[in-house]
Amino acid sequence: MGDPMVRVPISEQEPLVRAKNFEEVCLGYTEEEAVEEASRCLNCKNPRCVGGCPVSINIPAFIEQVKERNFEKAYEIISESSALPAVCGRVCPQESQCEGVCIRGIKGEAVAIGKLERFVADWAREHGIKPKTNAPKNGHKVAVIGSGPSGLTCAGDLAKLGYDVTIFEALHKTGGVLVYGIPEFRLPKDKVVAAEVENVKSLGVKIETNVVVGKSVTIDQLMEDEGFEAVFIGSGAGLPRFMGIPGEQSNGVFSANEFLTRNNLMKAFMNHDTPISRGKKVVVVGGGNVAMDAARTALRLGAEVHVVYRRSEAELPARAEEVHHAKEEGIIFDLLQNPVEILADENGWVKGIKIIKMELGEPDESGRRRPVEIEGSEYEIECDTVIMSLGTSPNPLIASTTEGLETNRRGCIVAKEEDGETSKTAVYAGGDAVTGAATVILAMGAGKQAAKGIDEYFKSRA
Amino acid sequence: MYPIVKKEKLADRIYLMDVKAPRVASSCLPGQFVIVKIDEEGERIPLTICDYDRENGLITIVFQTVGASTERMAKELEEGDAFEDFVGPLGQPSELCLEKNLEETKKKNIVFIAGGVGTAPVYPQVKWLEEHGVKTTVIMGSRTKDLLFFVDKMEAVASDLHVTTDDGSFGFHGMGTNQLQALVDEGRTFDHCVAIGPMIMMKFVCKLTEQLQIPTVVSMNPIMVDGTGMCGACRLIVGDEVKFACVDGPEFDGHKVDFDLAMARQAQYKTEEGRAKLALEEGDTHHGGCGHCGGDE
Repeated sequence: MGDPMVRVPISEQEPLVRAKNFEEVCLGYTEEEAVEEASRCLNCKNPRCVGGCPVSINIPAFIEQVKERNFEKAYEIISESSALPAVCGRVCPQESQCEGVCIRGIKGEAVAIGKLERFVADWAREHGIKPKTNAPKNGHKVAVIGSGPSGLTCAGDLAKLGYDVTIFEALHKTGGVLVYGIPEFRLPKDKVVAAEVENVKSLGVKIETNVVVGKSVTIDQLMEDEGFEAVFIGSGAGLPRFMGIPGEQSNGVFSANEFLTRNNLMKAFMNHDTPISRGKKVVVVGGGNVAMDAARTALRLGAEVHVVYRRSEAELPARAEEVHHAKEEGIIFDLLQNPVEILADENGWVKGIKIIKMELGEPDESGRRRPVEIEGSEYEIECDTVIMSLGTSPNPLIASTTEGLETNRRGCIVAKEEDGETSKTAVYAGGDAVTGAATVILAMGAGKQAAKGIDEYFKSRA
Repeated sequence: MYPIVKKEKLADRIYLMDVKAPRVASSCLPGQFVIVKIDEEGERIPLTICDYDRENGLITIVFQTVGASTERMAKELEEGDAFEDFVGPLGQPSELCLEKNLEETKKKNIVFIAGGVGTAPVYPQVKWLEEHGVKTTVIMGSRTKDLLFFVDKMEAVASDLHVTTDDGSFGFHGMGTNQLQALVDEGRTFDHCVAIGPMIMMKFVCKLTEQLQIPTVVSMNPIMVDGTGMCGACRLIVGDEVKFACVDGPEFDGHKVDFDLAMARQAQYKTEEGRAKLALEEGDTHHGGCGHCGGDE
């Protein structure tokens, strides 16, 4: 038995090895390691971790089962609350959620809840265990728009309650941001994402890909012509933001969405037909998880990579683990710096980027200290590729084609937090389409609340 | 899967396919496009909708083999095969082909200028307009006679058709712009122009129509990935705004489009081999503008 204050270490691929491949970075716990880590849980009477989880997984209960080696039972407990545990165990910002409030974390290291969740989900998949539902079919048809985290969660929960659910996905693959956004080395697509999607399908959920709701069919048509009695919109935050600085349309400037979609969804790294610009020296602008994903992808494609972020390290919005991994792999962080211009050669290709140094001033409305330019501090970095990772705004496709669906001034769909209800009867929404770009788990939480909301809507009509 | 019920070679390197895609066929309008994908490893290829049959759930696409993916489509896919993915309709329909604008549209003298494979997306617009009682003048052209297609089909729908070839092997000897100028010189007046074809052709049409003061709409076909607004690969400068061709377009005010930027961006993924091949195939008709081949010098 190790020191109870310290986490059981987890094995990872060596940084310099993994910097050259797309295999998963974290290798996960073995059974022995998982049981040992589980034994660090104090099984608190009033478990604060559960309150820290957006989908309220009964964390002490599943960890207790891991401790007892009842892995199947542990999986059952998790899947009561989460449709995508193998995903969440890998991509949730645990340090600011469940693990952030763990009592163990006060004097030592928090219990590795995320790693244990991942262990249980992987164990279940490897042993062919699927989530179960005993609910009788109630015959009500519900359409779910988007097969990302919120859509899959909402669909899974509704199916467990007996609803006849069809997911409509605009892209050719299921999973939304889990397939186009998050890279293979953080979230394996076939092994993990496809398997969790299969689990949702095994609950009876139907999935139709290549349907762009708002274009191929409207919400009103789904309800009037195709017999859907309620709709959940989980269409995500689609449109990439750019900075609006000179030179941004040059060849070699990409949105992180484009760069990641080419690599992850279209599998450019596996030499499928879709090309990607590999770049020799790449500058990624931004400090979120998407920026880390883009930077680490560019690195694996063979580039020297700089992350340029206008605030300091403390304000980096990315998960701590991603920043740590990125640094280990050799990503260079140019903090408190901001691009002012992208420089192009005579043929319109990026040859460099002009950057100004920043300092932190007074806190802004987000509570973070506002970065202020240091006059006269501009300098140039030579580079051939710039990836803009500045966040996204919601895609107006659905809102603009659905009469009576209210949006706010940022273009987000207005929906009640507690149940996802929108301004349009029988239409619910959640995830990034409502909040703007956020996390996988918050989207799942919203999908879950909306499933409850939809169920209550049907009950109230019965 | 989306079965190919008909495949036809229209001209050298230009093919037509009718594809079963009921959802697209039930909702599409002229001006919109689809994205097709051959198989697991294939690219997402945007193609303008050339015709549609709502009753039988069919979409007609026309494509030219310009790169590895379109060549795969031509070589590997036959009648009875299927696309793994076929999504749409994407983009905004042509403003001219909206019922709500019909009264306004009827008042206009409209001229279409179609270049090369651009004839395909022009066809459904002309067909829709003529079916709705709007008379159209169509100038369609190609480099040479062997590359012409849809002459009969267009003849059947357009009130006034002019066919051109750059080398004079068929119809009017010259380019679409020369034909337009000739018509204007004859005293014809137009107050709306739609130009669809290679970017370089649209650029030159716009230069002319600016002089002639004819408002001109062009259909842009930049590089795309998802086609739903997500990636921003297709961004263009229109006036002083950044627009995404996939969701804001593909049709834009041609007098406001920055064509030089659009053409430079178009070259982004062209490989050295690809450029060499293109230069060879296009021969001395390659007008440059790709930013790399030096064809403009």
